[in-house]
Amino acid sequence: MHPLNRRGFLGLTAGLSIAALTGCGTASGPASTASTPRDGGRLRAAFAGGGAKEVLDPHLANLFVEAARSKALYDKLADLGPDVSAQPRLAEKWEPDATLTHWRITLRQAAFHNGQPVRADDVLASYARILDPGRAFRAKSSLALIDLPNSRAVDDRTVEFALKRPFVEFPNALAAFGAYIVPAGTEDFTKPVGSGPFSFVSFEPGKSVLLKRYAEYWEGAPHLDELEFVIANEESARANALLGGQVEYAHDLTPTTARSHAASDRMAIHRAPNSAVQAFAMKLDRPPFDNSDLREALFLLADRPQLVESVLAGSGQVGNDLFGKGYQHYADDIPQRTRDLDKAKFLIRRAGAEGLTVKLDTSTAAAGMVEAATVFADQVKGSGLTIEVVTGNKDSYWADTLKNGSLSSFRSGAMPIETHIAQRLLTGSGTNVTKWARPEFDALYDKAVSTVDAAERGAVYREMQRSLHTEGGYLMWGFADWIVGAAPRVGGISTAPANTLDWARFDKVWLG
Amino acid sequence: MSLRRYAARRLAIGAVQVLAVVTVVFLLVQALPGDAAVALAGDNPDPRRIEEIRTAMGLDRPPLDRFGGWLWGLVHGDFGVSLISGRPVVEFLHDGLGPTLVLALLALVLLIPLSVLLGVLAALREGGVLDRIVTTVTVGLHSIPEFALAVVLIALFGVQLQWLPPTAVGADLLAEPAVLVLPLVVLVARPLCSISRLVRAGMIDALASDYVRHARRLGIGVNRVRFAHALPTALAPAVQQVARTTDWLLGGVIVVEAVFVIPGLGTTLVDAVAGRDLPVVQGLAVVFAVTTVVVNLVADLVVFRLAPRSVAIA
Repeated sequence: MHPLNRRGFLGLTAGLSIAALTGCGTASGPASTASTPRDGGRLRAAFAGGGAKEVLDPHLANLFVEAARSKALYDKLADLGPDVSAQPRLAEKWEPDATLTHWRITLRQAAFHNGQPVRADDVLASYARILDPGRAFRAKSSLALIDLPNSRAVDDRTVEFALKRPFVEFPNALAAFGAYIVPAGTEDFTKPVGSGPFSFVSFEPGKSVLLKRYAEYWEGAPHLDELEFVIANEESARANALLGGQVEYAHDLTPTTARSHAASDRMAIHRAPNSAVQAFAMKLDRPPFDNSDLREALFLLADRPQLVESVLAGSGQVGNDLFGKGYQHYADDIPQRTRDLDKAKFLIRRAGAEGLTVKLDTSTAAAGMVEAATVFADQVKGSGLTIEVVTGNKDSYWADTLKNGSLSSFRSGAMPIETHIAQRLLTGSGTNVTKWARPEFDALYDKAVSTVDAAERGAVYREMQRSLHTEGGYLMWGFADWIVGAAPRVGGISTAPANTLDWARFDKVWLG
Repeated sequence: MSLRRYAARRLAIGAVQVLAVVTVVFLLVQALPGDAAVALAGDNPDPRRIEEIRTAMGLDRPPLDRFGGWLWGLVHGDFGVSLISGRPVVEFLHDGLGPTLVLALLALVLLIPLSVLLGVLAALREGGVLDRIVTTVTVGLHSIPEFALAVVLIALFGVQLQWLPPTAVGADLLAEPAVLVLPLVVLVARPLCSISRLVRAGMIDALASDYVRHARRLGIGVNRVRFAHALPTALAPAVQQVARTTDWLLGGVIVVEAVFVIPGLGTTLVDAVAGRDLPVVQGLAVVFAVTTVVVNLVADLVVFRLAPRSVAIA
């Protein structure tokens, strides 16, 4: 349930369009005048947004701009670090019992913007709100394993959560998208009160939100005096506003814009690698990809560097058919797959699939998908297999490809590898698009999430990834960079993947 | 039929038209693939979550039931609430109407005198140097689409020369009028051509007409004939074009709003359709339909006053 909804993802999507780009450094452009942190000033940040969906209720957050604002106003118990592993935030520490079904969480000494301390009751009330059966908050499925009636506040700063099953990765749930802590009983978010680094000043829906420094923030006051989020849906408008000095931060630019302004003295480009994976999904429960030879043939037919160069305009890295490059528990010891036409031909012959035409379902639901499908269809030519690209309706794309067809375009934003597996690769997963359903794999997952020792657990995740790499249905060919533009005098912009704690995090940013 | 009865009948027909428009809009949005729950759930959504959202939004109710409920509310002056944010639709309309009205009114204030002036000047010396210049410039401007003109103007005056703000992002339009300059130029450029051409043609016809020649023979001064006799008749066809332009401007010119980041009705509409936020889409449909009916009625009444013979009120 991580952030990448369609509109918000116009974001990443836009980032994945055309044009060729040179290096993939993390920050390019002119020498920054922003090397030493300085306090003060107002930073204006331009994001895409939708007037209708813009709300200040952090549990309803959906778009990137909403996620960034929620992060400025509120805290979660945990959040995702640069390696997409859960890091303690409002929770100072967490301690499971031996059965991994009871977790004792100690809260930090923190206070809401109205001066009231953040208490265990606020945490329980926030989670109860998210888990309300009559509502559909985004974090609900992540927190669903909490047995709320049996969870309790031990004292003001200690919560004891009872879980419905043993789960060592519970901190991942605490870091779930939208799992923010609000003061107990809050239902009116017109003047939001949180415990985050900025407090609320004013809101004009569809236009701007003004926040100011919260001096008592538990992690130290932000550098900026004020932070203003403004909405500009068009990427060109965000870039123009930055060039014209109307904003100091433009979220989500295309590789084309990044390239044209790489040497500009008015715009510094910041790239966050491994922010989104680009893939094709083969369904294992039906012909033709129930045949593992044919799946391997497809793996070997993909010319990944060419896909990254053409589809991601060079703003990305090749993938090795595994989710989460650079993330915690990623199996980087598995050798990188490269194109091998001869072996692919042999496998196609062995599968008896010579002359077969396979439909590849794609759509513009995420940018780059149609382009990738077209390039891949071209790469498959001459192998004995033919791929016919079918561009479907973008509005019903995800639901269609979850059920129908045998091969489809796929993309996903960052989330812990455990979450990716739980949501997509278990027999009962809700979005199991590859129909990977193996009891022994499910058992390994159960083993992993009940193994306390981190190294042992890591070994189980690696074993799971090895079987996915050889047998799985995801052809994950690339990881796209996330591109942000800023005025050269802005310092402290992180290059952690989109959706993690440090992405769009303005309490660490300053105006030089 | 008196003017008043004519207006009343037109308004009654207008009400039926508005009802027809909202019904068609409802059906069209129903026919679009995906609904608000699908739009909200985003990439790779769990089907169970889509069902939950659907239930929470009341989208599991039959469409006819929802439409009936909305219509019943509308009759009582209640536009309903946004499916997605829960904010009243009236707030969306109010927020979007402000920027759209500011732009539309300023554009008309510039456009009407300017196009009449250019049209009349060109007509008085038909085929003269001024006529040729006006014709060339206005036809040239008319052939450039709004978005192209906008992009060029922003790149030149906003980004390169930095004379004017390239967008209106986060700005209060009335407090910072500089942000309005480029959007107004773009909005005025094309209608300026069509309206000034109509004024010119009308004026040339009128000046050559029998009644103008008769007035001259009666010894009425040349300027009085031109401006008190010929001009009102010449304006009648242009008024209809001004009405169409007004309607276009009040609908929120989506391209201009998007490129210049002006959160008007057009932007509200695009967001609402993308999110399948049906109550907001329907609220906007009502506003647009009412605007069209009223603007056209006003135009007809104005034409009637200017040139009674040119409108057959029967």
